Amino acid sequence: MTTITQERADAVASALSPGSAPRARVRRSTPSWAWLGLVPFAAYVVLFLAVPTILSIGSGFFAKDGSFTWTNVAALGDPLVLNTFANSAGVSLLTAFVGALVGALVCYAMLGLNPEGVVRRTVDAAAGVLAQFGGVMLAFVFIATIGIQGVVKVFLQESFGIDIFANGTWLYELPGLILPYIYFQVPLMVITFMPALAALKPQWSEANLALGGTRSSFWLRIGIPVLSPSFLASLLLLFANAFSSYATAAALASQGSQIVPLQIRAALTSETVLGRENLAGALALGMIVVVGIVMALYSLIQRRAARWQA
Amino acid sequence: MTLPRTAENALLAEAGEGTRVQLQQIVKSYAGNTVLHGVDLDIAPGEFVSLLGPSGCGKTTLLRVLAGLEIADDGAVLLGGRDVSRVPTNKRDIGMVFQSYSLFPHLRVVDNTAFGLRRRGVSKADAAKRSLDALALVGLADFADRLPHQLSGGQQQRVALARALVTEPKVLLLDEPLSALDAKVRVQLRDEIRRIQLRLGITTVFVTHDQEEALAVSDRIAVMNSGRIEQIGSPEQLYTTPATADVAAFVGLSSVVAGVAEGDHVTVWGQRLPLQAPADGPVDVFIRPENVRFAGEADAATDALVEESTFLGSVRRTLVRTESGELVRLQHSPGIRPVFGDRVRIALVPEPVAVHPRG
Amino acid sequence: MNPLAPSRVTRSVIGVLVGAFFAIPLLATLLYTVRMPDGTYSLARWAGLFDPGMAATLKPIWTGLGNSLLLAIITVAIVLLILAPTMILVNLRFPKLRPAFEFAALLPISIPAIVLVVGLAPIYLQIGRTLGTGAWTLAFAYGITVLPFAYRSIQASIDAVDMRTLAEAARSLGAGWPTVVLKVLAPNLRQGLLAASLISVAVVLGEFTIASLLNRQVFQTAMVVVQKQDGYLPAIFTLLALLFCFVLLLVIGRAARGTRKARS
Repeated sequence: MTTITQERADAVASALSPGSAPRARVRRSTPSWAWLGLVPFAAYVVLFLAVPTILSIGSGFFAKDGSFTWTNVAALGDPLVLNTFANSAGVSLLTAFVGALVGALVCYAMLGLNPEGVVRRTVDAAAGVLAQFGGVMLAFVFIATIGIQGVVKVFLQESFGIDIFANGTWLYELPGLILPYIYFQVPLMVITFMPALAALKPQWSEANLALGGTRSSFWLRIGIPVLSPSFLASLLLLFANAFSSYATAAALASQGSQIVPLQIRAALTSETVLGRENLAGALALGMIVVVGIVMALYSLIQRRAARWQA
Repeated sequence: MTLPRTAENALLAEAGEGTRVQLQQIVKSYAGNTVLHGVDLDIAPGEFVSLLGPSGCGKTTLLRVLAGLEIADDGAVLLGGRDVSRVPTNKRDIGMVFQSYSLFPHLRVVDNTAFGLRRRGVSKADAAKRSLDALALVGLADFADRLPHQLSGGQQQRVALARALVTEPKVLLLDEPLSALDAKVRVQLRDEIRRIQLRLGITTVFVTHDQEEALAVSDRIAVMNSGRIEQIGSPEQLYTTPATADVAAFVGLSSVVAGVAEGDHVTVWGQRLPLQAPADGPVDVFIRPENVRFAGEADAATDALVEESTFLGSVRRTLVRTESGELVRLQHSPGIRPVFGDRVRIALVPEPVAVHPRG
Repeated sequence: MNPLAPSRVTRSVIGVLVGAFFAIPLLATLLYTVRMPDGTYSLARWAGLFDPGMAATLKPIWTGLGNSLLLAIITVAIVLLILAPTMILVNLRFPKLRPAFEFAALLPISIPAIVLVVGLAPIYLQIGRTLGTGAWTLAFAYGITVLPFAYRSIQASIDAVDMRTLAEAARSLGAGWPTVVLKVLAPNLRQGLLAASLISVAVVLGEFTIASLLNRQVFQTAMVVVQKQDGYLPAIFTLLALLFCFVLLLVIGRAARGTRKARS
């Protein structure tokens, strides 16, 4: 036997002999550098998401001189502020419902269309663009349409004698937000709800027929019940979306603060609201509570709905 | 699984005569392609018929025409002698089980099962009672309150079966109900379906591409290919006397070799084999795998090269290629272990064979 | 044919009604920009974009647009150089962290920009002192704003590709980690990365809230400023931006299809 083989034989023998400690060295995996790789992102998110959020909400608890105070947060109970929140909630709820219903109809109309076909693709792209459509540009579009010089407003006035602003130029006030908001709520609904509708299995429809049901009984007993959670989830998303929206309102109403985001604007640009300075933080707190609850509900319902879509 | 006694189980108590099902000259085309070429099928009351064939042969289309989910371009569908060709699906009184889980996800098992009864106006209480009986029949009475996503694939298909049967339909239609299930569950469930079908005496049409499945459960099998029924007969008939090469290959894995027929016998590889039916001239001979054996030196045999050999537990199947290029399948005891590349000699057991004229 | 699908008539009715609701404002905007006070139509205002006489009025918009494009580039860099590598890392090495990571990435949806900006104000005060008050520093905030969208695009791509197996195969063939990431993983994630980048560009170009409340000049804030002088210019630019984004999204869609075809 050569020396190499002899050594190997010895090594094996010694390894196998009773009482000998295991010779093999455990190869220690060293993931420490991998943890380092998470640091940039973590630092970034902490610095530009976590810290601002905490500062934002926390600032409501401090007075200008730095002392802790409840007065700002208490201001949330002020009728003026409550009214603002009610306005925000009202507009958001209304546009969410209209957006959800119209969006669901659009999704229904697209059912059965070839996902690769021209119509589907165009609608998907259009929905994507319109849902992202910066709020400010939306305001410009509506000013151009139903503003004082707006094409449609002028057309209605000259052709039919209808003055839509007979009772005041509502476009630049609270009601003026409704149409623009619906304009981005519907596409958002189409994007969010389409997967749910597409997940309705044709087998359910056929099974329904085989069991003696009709088309309308299908929608009544199967389609709508199965879609309800997704519909509700999308509705919540639309609500949160409208509630959080700032740009359109800011562009339409250069002064005034009828909804919460505008009131935050007023508080930040040092117009004293209710004579308090750190109201912005308190308002932010209020907003986050509302949006946070809505989004928590949304993800809860969405997870349950996903079970039925699998 | 103990089935409740007939007197208490409403479903079994109602087990009746069964309905005759007839498909006459069914023609169906999609976008210029003819999928069914004038298919005829006559199913006796209480019979279990399988539609067997490869993908695209038209078996599912035929089933869906029977169900009313597709309308035939030409031909008639009769249930119990009554022409239902123009009757919509929901009025045909059928029970259907689909391949992929068609249970309504938002309804409990018992409500799923009761669905058809409720559509027919049965009261909630009655529907629930009858549904529980149907669920007992498939062994899932304890699962009545569960939701579909809490059940396994096999359990879901059993519920689908109960749901289809509880309305006591004229005919039970099954569209590859086992294809999506594990092998073990598949075997269990197919036997269960057959048992229940026999107890209820309900006419059943079963679509599958698995020949073993069809052989195991059917009274008759209709082998389909390219929109036509190539042969219809009992499992034994198809197995021993296949009418065409396709049927022979599809049902039972026969090999096709060349031979010359002379009246009551045929000569293959220098060996004389009795014929099932008289024939003359050059023929394709269908040889079952169990009728080919490894030969000794003295036998009239032919040389071949082993291509592959598969161990299947109680038997071994070996594929060889003869010198004339024919692929022949042997089924033999596992003790013989041919290996790729081995030279062997194979001979035929002198069992009567089926032939088909060549050319 | 899907048995659930509505009839042609229903489809058309819905399509026409909803289509009208969405088309009319856009067409009106177009008409708005070409209709003259005397009732005639002319492209004068559009031509005015190139008119030296309008230069002064247009200047804020060009400045703002320039800033926005710069911001878009930096934001895309953040997405590609910080977010994407971290996502690859999490999916490969720390799969258990995925839910937490997803929560963090989707959090910006629940924290409205208007709320964020209240807390960003003091931070940007410090940034202003150290890095200057140029608009480009907004990119740090924008990276957070686009986080949910970019995350979704990239994660969809990652899910479709089974990165784990690819990485293991590459490693078994002897590749070092940089090679694995750059030569094996990134090319397969191309479609998701492209979609994430393009969506980020769209979002950045449309952003108003943070920029306006932090007093920096971007495309959107510029349009609001110019609107007070000339109401037609913002409308023109809005239509241009809309067209641009539409093309962007069609490109994303085409890229997605391209990869899908290759896979089947």
